[in-house]
Amino acid sequence: MSEKITGAQALIRALEKEKVDTIFGLPGGCILPAYDPLLSSPIRHILVRHEQGAGHMAEGYAHVTGRPGVAMVTSGPAATNMVTPLCDAYMDSIPMVCITGQVSTTAIGTDAFQECDTVGITRSVTKHNELIMSPDEIPLMVRQAFHIATTGRPGPVLLDLPKDVLQNSMTWHWPTDEEVVESLPGYKPTMKGHPRMIKEAARLILEAKQPVLYVGGGVLKARAAEALLELAEMVDAPVVTTLMARGAIPDDHPLCIGMPGMHGNATAVTAMQKSDLLVTLGARFDDRITGKVDAFAPDAKIIHVDIDPAEQGKVRRPDVPIVGDCRLVIEEIVKALKDMLQGGAVKPDISAWKSRVSGWQEQFPLHYAAAEPGDALKPQYCLEQLRDNSPEGTILCSGVGQHQMWSSQYWNFKEPYTWVNSGGLGTMGFSIPAAIGAKVGRPDRTVWAVDGDGCFQMTAQELVTASVERIPIKVAVLNNSYLGMVRQWQEMFYEERYSEVYLSPEVPDFVKWAEAMGCVGIRVESPEEVQPAIEKANSIDDRSVVVEFRVDASEKVFPMIPAGQSNDDILLHPDQCSVREYLR
Amino acid sequence: MSITPTALSNQPAHHILSVLVQNRPGVLARVAGLFARRGYNIFSLAVAPTEDPDLSRITIVVDVESAPLEQIVKQLFKLVDVVKISELDPRRSVERELMIATVRIAAEERGQVVELTNIFEGKILAVGVEAITVSLEGSPEKLDDFEELLRGYGIVELQRTGRVALPKLDKEARLRAVRGKAS
Ligand SMILES: Cc1ncc(C[n+]2csc(CCOP(=O)(O)OP(=O)(O)O)c2C)c(N)n1
Repeated sequence: MSEKITGAQALIRALEKEKVDTIFGLPGGCILPAYDPLLSSPIRHILVRHEQGAGHMAEGYAHVTGRPGVAMVTSGPAATNMVTPLCDAYMDSIPMVCITGQVSTTAIGTDAFQECDTVGITRSVTKHNELIMSPDEIPLMVRQAFHIATTGRPGPVLLDLPKDVLQNSMTWHWPTDEEVVESLPGYKPTMKGHPRMIKEAARLILEAKQPVLYVGGGVLKARAAEALLELAEMVDAPVVTTLMARGAIPDDHPLCIGMPGMHGNATAVTAMQKSDLLVTLGARFDDRITGKVDAFAPDAKIIHVDIDPAEQGKVRRPDVPIVGDCRLVIEEIVKALKDMLQGGAVKPDISAWKSRVSGWQEQFPLHYAAAEPGDALKPQYCLEQLRDNSPEGTILCSGVGQHQMWSSQYWNFKEPYTWVNSGGLGTMGFSIPAAIGAKVGRPDRTVWAVDGDGCFQMTAQELVTASVERIPIKVAVLNNSYLGMVRQWQEMFYEERYSEVYLSPEVPDFVKWAEAMGCVGIRVESPEEVQPAIEKANSIDDRSVVVEFRVDASEKVFPMIPAGQSNDDILLHPDQCSVREYLR
Repeated sequence: MSITPTALSNQPAHHILSVLVQNRPGVLARVAGLFARRGYNIFSLAVAPTEDPDLSRITIVVDVESAPLEQIVKQLFKLVDVVKISELDPRRSVERELMIATVRIAAEERGQVVELTNIFEGKILAVGVEAITVSLEGSPEKLDDFEELLRGYGIVELQRTGRVALPKLDKEARLRAVRGKAS
């Protein structure tokens, strides 16, 4: 029973017990002891080229599988390289467990080589973190970490392991579920919604004349897509899916009106503005959604379902706050609605509202001016072609910038967990490592990363990881030679005074760079080349492929609500301005 | 039309939060860091173990309006080490604070400070040729008054602990726990 093993062995065994199949990482001095037992473990380790990549890979893996992504790196600079992905995962509620090495307990506080205060540095970007001071604590701490990362509002948890804690021996003991829960007296996420609030929500839904279901990433985290569909069809109300929730309901479902927010479509934005009831499900009234808060959906009552009590009333005070798991709460609301309808309540006639909404959809489809012969390639056209020529079930990842917004706008999301992006933190360089993590999690799927030329240059080296580890992904670089989104702001809000946004049309040579990293590189410059290039890329599955699309640098993302302005002042594509009055 | 949090909030006021935490390394840094990160000021803070060695009590006084206070409390609750938070209503709780002060005073005038200290029911801790160190325990308001009077003589050094508080022993106050995870 009392088997003696090292802390490092205990760590790896604990990870195996938590059913970890993959670790993304890179070793170094302090974490060295943990890499030794890894040699004889069934866990696959993916050796990255930069620790930030390991973090985003873990996130991509978690996004598509729902299981926590695991990253393991050494102390000091490796730990600080993890700060960005930790913060990214924290902002987007991604379950993740990060293991960092630390200098020996005897050296802590002495400014030893590669010592940094990892727990202090990462405190505000993790859901929880711990410095483990004794090998005997390892199993319980690992169990706690996975429990905290995956329950309640998911998030990243970091465990900091001093070298001697990994080296010293301990007596193996695997804590039970009860022991884990008992060891965390201050951690008890609320799962079930309050019955009175659920009834109240159902009552409001049955009174609403202009309801909108405002669906955020929490619905996906709670695996509530099915429940959502039932609620939506029962209420028969339009559904908006935020940037974090794309795919929660299929884009081609008649009730889905797409993405709201700063670059949302005019219908989704306006439907929320004019609504008399926002049924808010796992969304958090982010400033990118609300625009100027005081002017946001002024006539709407708010039902707010969120597992995190701190989201209730943080931005907008709800009329009916419901703390709980989205799936359970939605199911309860459906049940309450059924009971009320059976008890003789009548669903209000919302056909006038729905025809108003579909009128907007007709007048204000997403729009860009198609290229005339000889014009530069339109990025939106490339994305339409990518959408129409990629296999069913393709997972789409994106970086941050214009290409991200166009990806979300122009893709046709058919199922949950096929969209991986950095929403809350907006981390440039997210897409390539996240796509690699997604491909590891779902090797059966085609994974496309849509990237900007700016983003690509931040994390492209992970394509070497993809090549060496045989993780074939596909990358579409929309190369506009600019930090395009910043360029757009300077054009629109700084009188076209372009400051430090021009990259270079000549260097790097993306095709050569791709080839140097073991990938196939393809350059596309004209519309005729687009579809053949995508088809070629889709046909290659033994290597990663980078397709560089040389696109029109002057294209802007529309619609747009300038930061801090009211959603009523949405800027439409210039071609649509003449019919603006219909937006009422 | 719904009301935004700002419309609901009233005047900034002292709020006493009594936060029961797991007695673990770094827990104070977590709590203090959260206030800094979310842009709230701590007015005073006192930490000590409770009757249960696994738990510590942090008594925090914040000056905020009630809407941000609600956010602070909810955000504090998200800390895994926080077990329970009570907001103590100043009218329904007992508050105490301790102060130690050294006052520069010529020997012939020392009697005035001694008298003052006796009136306030404080203690004389040390007496030097030209200085005297006194202590006073009591309600924060009483300490404020004492401090002001001492200032007239010339304070060399002064230290206050920050307040600690518990609910008064009436039922209502005890039930005023904002939310008890332990329950
Ligand atoms: C790490 C990081 N640095 C800076 C920014 C600010 N930023 C947002 S979008 C953007 C431009 C992105 O350029 P690119 O990758 O070429 O994409 P494009 O907008 O041209 O599609 C910048 C610099 C950011 N989001 N992340």
